[in-house]
Amino acid sequence: MSYKIEIEDLNAWFNAKKVLKDIYMKIPEKAVTAIIGPSGCGKTTLIRCINRMHELSPGGKVSGRVLLNGENIYAKDVDPVIIRRKVGMVFQKPNPFPMMSVYDNVAAGLKLTGLNDKSKLDEIVEKSLKLTSLWEEVKNELHKSGASLSGGQQQRLCIARALAVEPEVILMDEPTSALDPLASAKIEQLIRRLSKKYTIIIVTHNMQQAARVSDFTGFLYLGELVEFDETKKIFENPKTELTEKYITGEFG
Amino acid sequence: MDKLFNGFLALIACNVFVILFLMLYKILEGARLSLQTYGFSFFWGASWEPFPPTPDMQPSFGVLPLIQGTLVTSAMALLLATPISLGIGLTLSEFSPKRLNFLVSFLVELLAAIPSVIYGLWGIFILIPFLQNHIYPALQATFGFIPLFQESIRGPCVLTGSIVLAVMIIPTISAISRDVFAAVPDSQREAIIALGATRWETARMVMSYARSGVIGAIILGLGRAVGETMAITMVIGNSFNLFNSLFDPSYTLASIIANEFTEASSPPVYISALIEVGLVLFVLNLAINAFAIVIVWQTMKRVKGS
Amino acid sequence: MVLLSYVALIIALIPLMNILIETTIRGVSAINLSFFTEQIPPLGQAGGGVGPAIQGTLIVVGLASLVGVPVGVFSGIFLAEFRNTKLTYVSRYLNDVLSGIPSIVIGIFSWIIIVTIIGWSVIAGAFALAIMMIPIVTRTTEEAILLVPITIKEAALALGIPRWKTTLTIVLRNAKKGMITGILLSMARVTGETAPLLLTILGSRFWFGGFTEPSAALSLTIFNFSQSPYSTVDWPRAWGAALVLILMILGINVMVRYYTREKYG
Repeated sequence: MSYKIEIEDLNAWFNAKKVLKDIYMKIPEKAVTAIIGPSGCGKTTLIRCINRMHELSPGGKVSGRVLLNGENIYAKDVDPVIIRRKVGMVFQKPNPFPMMSVYDNVAAGLKLTGLNDKSKLDEIVEKSLKLTSLWEEVKNELHKSGASLSGGQQQRLCIARALAVEPEVILMDEPTSALDPLASAKIEQLIRRLSKKYTIIIVTHNMQQAARVSDFTGFLYLGELVEFDETKKIFENPKTELTEKYITGEFG
Repeated sequence: MDKLFNGFLALIACNVFVILFLMLYKILEGARLSLQTYGFSFFWGASWEPFPPTPDMQPSFGVLPLIQGTLVTSAMALLLATPISLGIGLTLSEFSPKRLNFLVSFLVELLAAIPSVIYGLWGIFILIPFLQNHIYPALQATFGFIPLFQESIRGPCVLTGSIVLAVMIIPTISAISRDVFAAVPDSQREAIIALGATRWETARMVMSYARSGVIGAIILGLGRAVGETMAITMVIGNSFNLFNSLFDPSYTLASIIANEFTEASSPPVYISALIEVGLVLFVLNLAINAFAIVIVWQTMKRVKGS
Repeated sequence: MVLLSYVALIIALIPLMNILIETTIRGVSAINLSFFTEQIPPLGQAGGGVGPAIQGTLIVVGLASLVGVPVGVFSGIFLAEFRNTKLTYVSRYLNDVLSGIPSIVIGIFSWIIIVTIIGWSVIAGAFALAIMMIPIVTRTTEEAILLVPITIKEAALALGIPRWKTTLTIVLRNAKKGMITGILLSMARVTGETAPLLLTILGSRFWFGGFTEPSAALSLTIFNFSQSPYSTVDWPRAWGAALVLILMILGINVMVRYYTREKYG
């Protein structure tokens, strides 16, 4: 099996408070990896270390290595901006740009890369919206504000926006927590479909969701990676008592 | 007791209604004589003759040069101050570390705290000699082919007035734009950063998100520039003429009131004309501010709400 | 481009630094003890001081505060306590409009209301400055009160303390800091005003002679000396007076910053 991301000896802080402790993790390519754990355990921080967003939070600090395709993204000469173009992110609450149209939202990342060719943009926007099954719903309203869509559509728009720049990895931070069940189900189907082409890491505190969408699952507790294995094994045959207690709902 | 107290508060809070109404009413009343005598020619006329050369002539008043001086200096001040102020607003809300912010905000507040008359003093004795000896000749040498930069260089002139006004409105525009930038939700910043935006590209997104608030800030700056009195009076040259060159002296609505009001005891139409100048300034300023405040308020509400 | 933003900041701070440095250098050489204690000489005459100007500024600002502060504070309380009535919205809006009106227009208004009746006078000047203080004090009082946690207020109300008493004691005590800040800043703001004073207290060379008499003020003195043709006697005096005025205003500003420092950690 080939690994897209290898996390080695990763530690992260908020000011003096250590929120991630000595994380080692190998994330397989073109698969969905779920990170589960009780709130406050460092799940979000962990994925924000993978696109170098954590260091932008007030008091955020990181040590250790995160290898993307074998290269350390925390090496001195690496520009975080380039990393973030390879590693896309979808947030907990849908955050489309309200001052931009649906079209411009999807094209936003492309324009940052300097692409201005209208026909090329049209093509990628259409492709990204089709990937997220949004095309049929919005193709006649491409000029409307991104904020005018429903919550679920907004989140799929955000996914399309992330896909448009052709990332290699997509990080999702509890992408369905602000959505109703129907919209959530659509996003989950979408994640399954995307996993054929992309490496996806999804943070969730919904264990059923992790079981449904992911191939691998890591259980994080108080900043430590307690267990990481195939999702099936984690849910059917956890190695540690702590994991078992968590997935059977004894705490969290 | 509660009712009594609330009624008392409401009564006091009505002070603004009374003040603004009385102000408008009294100034209109004071300007009536001039309004009746000169009508619209007051706005299009370009002569200011309270004491006509021969006794058989009537005094004449027309404020076109004052309007020109006021609007041109204010507009140029905006041109100069806006990029600088937006830069400061962005520095404070996006770029600089929190600890530095405290100091910088304080310094920008000081810039706002310095009295107009001291800006004027600085303008007369320090800025004008510097501009006249070092900057203006170079400007004329470079842009002399444009009519606006022709004619002989005067220290107190339209350009000097604009520069001093620009310095004075920078704190206004920067403080408001900082506030509207800071009100942009972090989720928007994260969205664009995660797409691989640089710090500058992120800042541009913030500006576009808050653009209506920025426009409000700029218009409020315009309101401040239009009403500014002492500093501009001290550096603009106070010459009642329509100007052709930025190096010509000029005059503004506010300046002529400051210069002539206390000496305009007679004829009665003279003081009434000066009050009408005040009325023009008042109405102009009301129109600008009433508009700008609504824009800033709505932006803050929209930005914070989403 | 990020760098350019810092450059913008530096460009804006150059005039500030230049004004502070030049005023200090040029002002200090004009200042001695008699500068504070003696009457203002006629233009072109050596000696004398700006004593009456300092006195006049303090009296006019003090008198303006006596009116402006209470009116502003109570209006602020009203705006904060009744957040969402129509009257509140309109009143808050007009308050912002009033704070943007050019000071010279307020000068004309004060001239019409007061000077045409009792003549150029300290009262007319204080009237003008009070009108300028009211919107600032109102706004800052409102903001200060809104920062008081609602729980404190509810605790008091739950104890059976009537609302008006809760507001006047518990709420105001907790908002004190912000309110004093606003009051001081509004005083600093009007201390340097010139245009409205020109049309109301007119200016004078002598010590305070009563509330219905014209009066001197630092800002007017600076203006008059700056317009003098006598460069060697009067211009240094303008800088001296400017230094005194700046020190008064900066003093208040630094005090306020020191006072509110912990809020920002």
